[in-house]
This record gives sequence, C-alpha cells and structure tokens, in this order.
Amino acid sequence: MVSTPRERKWQMVVDADRCTGCQACVIACQAENNIPINSESHFQQKRAFTWIRIERYWEGEFPEVKARFIPFLCQHCDNAPCEPVCPVFATYHNNEGLNVQVYNRCVGTRFCQNNCPYHARYFNFWEPVWPETLRNALNPDVTVRGRGIMEKCTFCVQRIRRGEQDAKREGRDVRDGEFQPACAQACPANVLIFGDVRDPQSRIHEFLAKDRRFRLREELGTETNVIYLSKLDLEAKEVAGHA
Amino acid sequence: MQQRVALPHPQINADLLKNVLKAPAWYWGIMAFLGGVVIFGSVLVAYLLNKGFGLSGAHRPVMWGILIVDFVFWIGISHAGVMLSAILRLSKAEWRRPATRAAEVLTVFSLMIAALHPVVHAGRPWRIIYWSFPYDFSRGLWVNIRSPLVWDPSAIFTYLTGSTLFVIVALIPDMAVIRDRTTGIRHNIYSVMAMGWRGTPRQWKLQVVAGFLLSALLLPVFVSVHSIVSWDFAVMIGVEGYHVTIFAPYFVIGAVLSGVSAVVTMMILMKWMFGWGNYIRQEHIENLAKLLVVIGTGWLYFFFVEFIFALYSLESQEIALRELQAFTWPYWPLALVFIFLSYIIPIPMWMFPGVRRNIRIMFWSSLVVNVGMWLERFLIIVPGLARKQVWTFDWSTYHPSFIEVMIVVTAYALVFLLLLTFAKLFPLIPLFDIKEGDILGDEIVIGKRRVPALRVEE
Repeated sequence: MVSTPRERKWQMVVDADRCTGCQACVIACQAENNIPINSESHFQQKRAFTWIRIERYWEGEFPEVKARFIPFLCQHCDNAPCEPVCPVFATYHNNEGLNVQVYNRCVGTRFCQNNCPYHARYFNFWEPVWPETLRNALNPDVTVRGRGIMEKCTFCVQRIRRGEQDAKREGRDVRDGEFQPACAQACPANVLIFGDVRDPQSRIHEFLAKDRRFRLREELGTETNVIYLSKLDLEAKEVAGHA
Repeated sequence: MQQRVALPHPQINADLLKNVLKAPAWYWGIMAFLGGVVIFGSVLVAYLLNKGFGLSGAHRPVMWGILIVDFVFWIGISHAGVMLSAILRLSKAEWRRPATRAAEVLTVFSLMIAALHPVVHAGRPWRIIYWSFPYDFSRGLWVNIRSPLVWDPSAIFTYLTGSTLFVIVALIPDMAVIRDRTTGIRHNIYSVMAMGWRGTPRQWKLQVVAGFLLSALLLPVFVSVHSIVSWDFAVMIGVEGYHVTIFAPYFVIGAVLSGVSAVVTMMILMKWMFGWGNYIRQEHIENLAKLLVVIGTGWLYFFFVEFIFALYSLESQEIALRELQAFTWPYWPLALVFIFLSYIIPIPMWMFPGVRRNIRIMFWSSLVVNVGMWLERFLIIVPGLARKQVWTFDWSTYHPSFIEVMIVVTAYALVFLLLLTFAKLFPLIPLFDIKEGDILGDEIVIGKRRVPALRVEE
C-alpha cells in the first residue's frame, strides 16, 4: 500500500568549521553531473564550471592569520532572485524547495546569473567536449548540456528521483539518508549534511538546531535552503569577504 | 539671428526632394561603404551564432557586455522622436518644423536596431523565437510575465508601432507630392502610399487631428519605455548598484539628453550633406541647444542624486562599487571622460550664444555628449556587475572582444544605412510642415525691428 507522498523539503547544512578544503566534493560533483572538464584556460577566462566550489578566505590579521575554507553551491533560495527574471520559466521553484533549471527552455539571457547574489550559476559559453576516453564515463541519468544555456547545482535531483522511485516500488516512504547528493556522499569530513526537513526524524535537524547556524546574505531575504554552520561572527565574515 | 527666408513653394519642393528624385554620386558611395560594413558585421554575427557566445568578452561575473550597453544607448537615442515632435507639437513650438521627421525616423530605426541587440546577445537566439515569440497559447507554454525581459519587448514594440504610425501620418501629404513628380513603377508605389491624398480641407483636418492624437498617446509610452528598460537593471536585488528606485527617471532623462543631442548632430549632417541651409537654420540649432542645457542639467541632478544616495547608506558594498566606478583602473579614465564629455564641456559652452550659433562647434559638442552618454551606460552596467561583493569571491573586470566591438560598430553603420535609405525614398524634412510654417509665418514691427511672428487661425 503506497501512502500519499509527503510534501518534502530538501535542505543542506554546510558545517564550514569542519571543511578541510580537500575538494573531494568538487570532483564528485564533476563526475556525477556530467560537468565539462575545466582546463586551466577556463579558469583564467573565469568561465569554469564548478557547481560546488571551495573558496578560501583569511581570518585574522598577520601574523595570526588562518586560512579558512567554505564550500559554495546553489543556495536553492525559497525567494530565489534568479527565478522571476527568467523570461521563459527556464528556472522555477518546485514544491520540494528545489530551485530547478529546465535546460530545454533556457535561451541564455544570463539575467539569472547576474541576479544571483551567490554567483552559483554557470553559463555554457562553448559546446562542451570530453576526451574520447571519457565518453563512456558520462552519467546516463543526467542531461549533457549544450552551449548557450545556464546550469547550476540541482541537489543531485536525479538521485532524489531515483530514491523516490525505489521507495514507491517497494511501497514505503523515503528513508532519511537513503540517498544524498554526490558532494555530500564524497565528503570525508562530514561537512555536508543533506536531508528532508519535513521529516521529524531526519538527521539534519540535529545540525539545524545548532547556534552556529547562519545563511549567506540573509539580509536579502532570499530564504536559502543551504544553511551554514560556523563559529565566526557575521561581522568578521563581511570583512573577510572584502579582503 | 539668421532670419527666415520666404521661398516659393516650387523651390521648397525642388530642394527637399532633391535626393529623392535624383541622388548624387557621393550618396551611393556612402551607401556602398555602409553596406559593406553591415555585411561584414552580419558575417560576424553569423560566426558568433555558429561558434557560441564564448567569442564575446563576457565571463563571470560580468555576464552582460557592451551589446547590452549599446542596447540601452540606442533605446536612449530613440527618445528624441517623441520628445521633439510630440512635446514640441503639443506646445506649438514653431521652430520644431524641420526637426520633427528626422527625429521620428531616428526613433524608429534606433528602436529597431536596439531590439536586435539582446537577441544577438543571448546564448540561444533561435530559442527566443521558439519559446517566447509568438506566445504559445496552444500548448500553454507561457512566458514569465514577472521578468523585465518580457516587459521590455512589449514596451519597445508599442513604442515602435506608435512612432512608425507617427512617421507615416506625417508622410502622407509628402507622398502625394512625390507621386505627382514620378512616373512608372515609382509613381504606382507612391500612389498607394499616398492613400488617395488630394489635399482637401477634410483630409488636412484629419491628418492634423491624427498627429495631435498620436502625440498625446505616445507621451506616456515615451516615458514608460526607458523606465521599463531601466527596470531590467533596477529589479536585480543581487546587484547593489542596479537595485535603486531612481533608475527609471534617471534613465529617461539621460535618454532625452542623448536623443536630442543625436538629433542636433543629425540635423547638422543633413544641412551639410543636402545643402538645406534655408531650412535648418541657426535658430533651430540654437533652440535645441537651449533645450539641451535644461535637459542636461536635469540629468546632472539625477546623476548626483544616484551617487549620493548610494554613498549615504554607507554600505561597504556600495562604497566599493562607487570606488570601482570612479577611482579604479580601467574605469576611472572612462568616468573622467564620461563626465567631461556629457556635461562639463558641452553644457556650459552652450550657455554662450556665440557657441550656439556656430554650426561646426554645435556639431562636435552634440556628438561628444553621445560619446559621454554611451560611457555612462557602460559605467553603470559593467562595473555594476564586476564589483566586489561579499561571499562571491569572483569579482573581475571585463574587456570586450573584437567581435563585440565590431557588432556595435555594425549597429551604428546599420542605423546610418537605414537613415540614408529613408532619405532616398522619402524627404527627411516634411514639405507640408515647412510650407505650413511659411503660410502661417508673419512679421511684425516692434520699434525699429521687424521680428518673425505667427499668424494664429482660431
């Protein structure tokens, strides 16, 4: 007997204090989501694709200076600034709290990227190419994007859908921790915790209750679904961002 | 002041239809050159569409480059038409007569060219046609009406339709004049376009009423077009420099400044190219310069208010942005050039009657206003996106690529090409308007001087 599916709401907690900057999440995301290979020139042109990226900032004044790392990904805002500006509904909000991108609809105005306060969107300036040897390594569950369209982190929506289908076939509800995005799966330091906040038993609640929590640029009222944990106070962070 | 010369009507016809009936050799030379530039530019656009937008200089976070700057610039130029014809017609400014059609035609062509820019600038222009035009009622695939990119085309096409009608209504009596002076296929075409114009009192009345009605109807559209274009930027909460309420009036008045300057430049060019010294006289240029002083100073007020509002908040991001715009390489030389060219040099200069009456100085000074206004749009759009922001870590600068620069150059060539094509097909100065001014014109004696006056028929 299949019960009516519960309204889900996916959130992610990023425990930035634990991040070692190892970039395993970046590699995992690259492999899972068919992201084109970033060469050196892509980075120099500032056109590299990094759906999740690790940013380094300095904390404190020399000589007591520490390098800190913070993973960045699409914040899946509930009031996403990218959504109202798209003329063709290529990006919209689904009822699971995901900010989804419809590649087929996208016409490439790049309005969404300009309006994203987190710069979490990536534009395909060129037709992506993979070396011949990597052709068979592409993930069949994920669309390969062509040129001229926008793409971004999806919270590995293909894994969410597969998990939901599996649960439906077995006639049960989705279990917490049954699936998680590639980045969260790959993280050795358990920085990224993914879960359904509507599920009271979910592990994410333990982290959401912490008093180190904050959201990026909360003053914009974007209501992000990615929650950061860090023991820094916000004022010091603002200075760090400008350094 | 150089006075009005009373010309016989056959001479007015001959002068103003000179280019239409038989174009000089240099005209075809210029047309060939501009045509060559446009063909080269079209090849580059085709290459861009074929290879992808990677050929531009855009990258994170500056995703909008000089094509969008140029789009805003041409929309600005298009504000000349209604400003001059509608407002001056409604306020019965007598000196508007030779300027109206040039301004309206410039409006139509610059709007058409402006509308092309965002299309070329998109990642998949063919999909714009597919997804958003025409609206897909049958499959229920609607466009997102919350997006300013949907408001934009509706504003632009309303304005384009209105100003095209405006041009056509004013063209009808002149079409009849050309119809009567041509033979063969040209005669037939102009006959159709003259729509059976006989010059009866009833037809004149309808034509005048249509002109006034269109003027009044176009005024709100005129204000809304650049307001809506400014909302392309002002709705962006993610970009501090854009997200301000002052953008709509600020853009409109900037547009009027650049549009009216462009009309001054264009009228002087017309005077030189076609030898229309009897029609485009000192008084016209001088009056336009006086108008520009007022508009320019109004614009300066908005410019300062925008800057000071931003700094008044004392937010670190706003201060960082203004620092980038005004003091950081490579923007500070542009900022300096911009403020000098668009205000500090020309506007105080135009306070002196000697300058206003010197055609050559007026040509160059009205031209530099537009160079400055182009840079203004650049300085709003590019540093606005390239600014430092907390938590993004990817601020950067922007250099337009060769292909982008060439597309912008092509847009200029295309507008000139269209204007010159128009000048071959139709008179750029309205014949009937000049004659009307001539008939209504009068002179009265005040003391020892004879001054031009206007006969009013009520």
